[in-house]
Amino acid sequence: MVLAADETLRLDANVIDYALVAAYFAVVLLIGFAARRRVSDSLDFFLSGRSLPAWVTGLAFISANLGAVEIIGMSANGAQFGMATFHYFWIGAVPAMLFLGVVMMPFYYGSKVRSVPEFMRRRFGTGAHLVNALSFALAQVLIAGINLYLLATVVNALLGWPQWISLIVAAAVVLSYITLGGLSAAIYNEVLQFFVIVAALLPLTLIGLHRVGGVGGLVDAVRDSGNENDLSSWPASDLTSIDNPVLSVIGIVFGLGFVLSFGYWTTNFVEVQRAMATKSMSAARSTPVIGSFPKMFIPFIVIVPGMIAAVLVNEVRELKAGGDPGVTYNDSILLLIRDVLPNGLLGVAIAGLLASFMAGMAANISAFNTVFSYDLWQQYVKKDRPDEYYLRVGRLATVGATVTAIFTALIAAGFDNLMDYLQTLFGFFNAPLFATFILGMFWKRMTPTAGWAGLVSGTGAAVLVWSLSEVGVIGLEGQGASFVAAGAAFVVDIAVSVAVSMVTAPKPVSELAGLVYSETPKEDRTDPEAHRLPWYQSPTKLAGVSLVMVIALNLVFR
Amino acid sequence: MSTSRNGQDAGGAPATGGRHTAGAYDVRVVIAALIGLYGVVLIVLGIVDYGPEEAAKTGDVNANLWAGIGMLVFALVFVAWTRLRPVVVEDGEAVEDPTGGADSAGR
Repeated sequence: MVLAADETLRLDANVIDYALVAAYFAVVLLIGFAARRRVSDSLDFFLSGRSLPAWVTGLAFISANLGAVEIIGMSANGAQFGMATFHYFWIGAVPAMLFLGVVMMPFYYGSKVRSVPEFMRRRFGTGAHLVNALSFALAQVLIAGINLYLLATVVNALLGWPQWISLIVAAAVVLSYITLGGLSAAIYNEVLQFFVIVAALLPLTLIGLHRVGGVGGLVDAVRDSGNENDLSSWPASDLTSIDNPVLSVIGIVFGLGFVLSFGYWTTNFVEVQRAMATKSMSAARSTPVIGSFPKMFIPFIVIVPGMIAAVLVNEVRELKAGGDPGVTYNDSILLLIRDVLPNGLLGVAIAGLLASFMAGMAANISAFNTVFSYDLWQQYVKKDRPDEYYLRVGRLATVGATVTAIFTALIAAGFDNLMDYLQTLFGFFNAPLFATFILGMFWKRMTPTAGWAGLVSGTGAAVLVWSLSEVGVIGLEGQGASFVAAGAAFVVDIAVSVAVSMVTAPKPVSELAGLVYSETPKEDRTDPEAHRLPWYQSPTKLAGVSLVMVIALNLVFR
Repeated sequence: MSTSRNGQDAGGAPATGGRHTAGAYDVRVVIAALIGLYGVVLIVLGIVDYGPEEAAKTGDVNANLWAGIGMLVFALVFVAWTRLRPVVVEDGEAVEDPTGGADSAGR
């Protein structure tokens, strides 16, 4: 991700703005200290002792994803492609979140595994587990470094701090509250961060809309600038770079909406970990479902500011008209902040942005230390040590991951494109994961060998399709190529898994209880108290409401 | 699934012994405090420091004042929520659970 260099983005922050930012950091550290007082065993540290209420984990669930890439990237897409960007939320997130809550969470929570790779190990044995745990741990450290790098870049651009100072300060803050309070501290801070981000972006959107003359004014301005396409979300040919409208819609619905988003939201431990920290099956299932409600409205305060920037901010307008004003689309939301927010609200906005970037990194690191301690260290290095031992390993892993992230950030600073490629690559691990999980959860015949063989060949298929499109053999580029690559990964994974299962030996049925639908007694999959809950605490009924709302949004903003 | 740590899961036996509210350790109080502080600062800024420069940026709206009022109202609603549905913890349990079972309070 490239931002404009030098003074273009420099915000005119004054002492009050800095004070507001400092107040936020003080509260973040306070939460770390408060959470520390109840961390007594490793389950407390890694899974918050499974004690949090669903509204807290639900907000943390989406906050963990509301990092630098989301806010900067989605507002950039908004400026570049307009309303088609809504697909990333309404097609590419909400349905998968509902599916996770309704269908998959009973297996994750009911089998009492402590991480997603651990589910993999119990269902498919150590082959698939090692592939999954290693690729996940590696991806988290590198992505944490990318988040950290973006944070430092933004601090440097906005406030003029040298990059290495912002790197170290940000890393120190994240490190202190996670080592102190573990997952609880990370989750409480994510909830706090959610509200600070809304407090920053909602006024920005409203003032921006006021400046362009309201919603009607924005629509007229976009139309006048000759970008009529930006005002409709289908068929999104600009976004997918697939000219045929029918194929473009298929690419969005199957590639983004089905494979990529289900792969990300249902198997990514960063997300699932938040739901595992709840205190009952109903709360665990409600976590992604509750998260889906704010998720479906976030585009209005992220994408719309991008669209406003494209008609209001001179530099972005020039860029959109084909000129070269020395900024990129990634600068859109920062330039809008520069142009419309007075001192005071500016401080809130800076606090919100820093909050979002730090939380993204904190989420990566808290998921990493769990997988490292339970899935790699305890499983393959030192078994059967007392609980305090693994708690200590977890804290050391956090320190190690943070230091590594600083170095990753420095590498990212030198090789911008390399990091983009790596992120795309990690996306490829997710697509086949979903295929393997869903097949393994519903087909008891699927064998351990098929588990790892499917994963490896699916990932290989994605990499192959993507490489072919990079060198120009397949006439696709940008988002369209990754949608097709993900689709290929899914199909190949399913085909290979079924074929390999036919010729290898399955696990004994007795070992599949809690892991496969047909072998799990109903009482293990459901909450015995569920019938006593009011409708607004019932995951399935809430999911129904959410689904109706997201379909309505799709119809209204087509 | 009973993983209750504070004895207030639905269907759990009514707790005996001392109970009290989580008070300042409720995460809702922390959120209300920070957003409320932002609100007050912005309101003051909006009153004492609203001039032509600010008006030009926001399009003649006193943005700090209105955003500040909005944040203060939000903070008061959160405080009211915490007052109406306090988190109850057992004595001897971890008082420091900053959220407690806010979602189970209505059961």
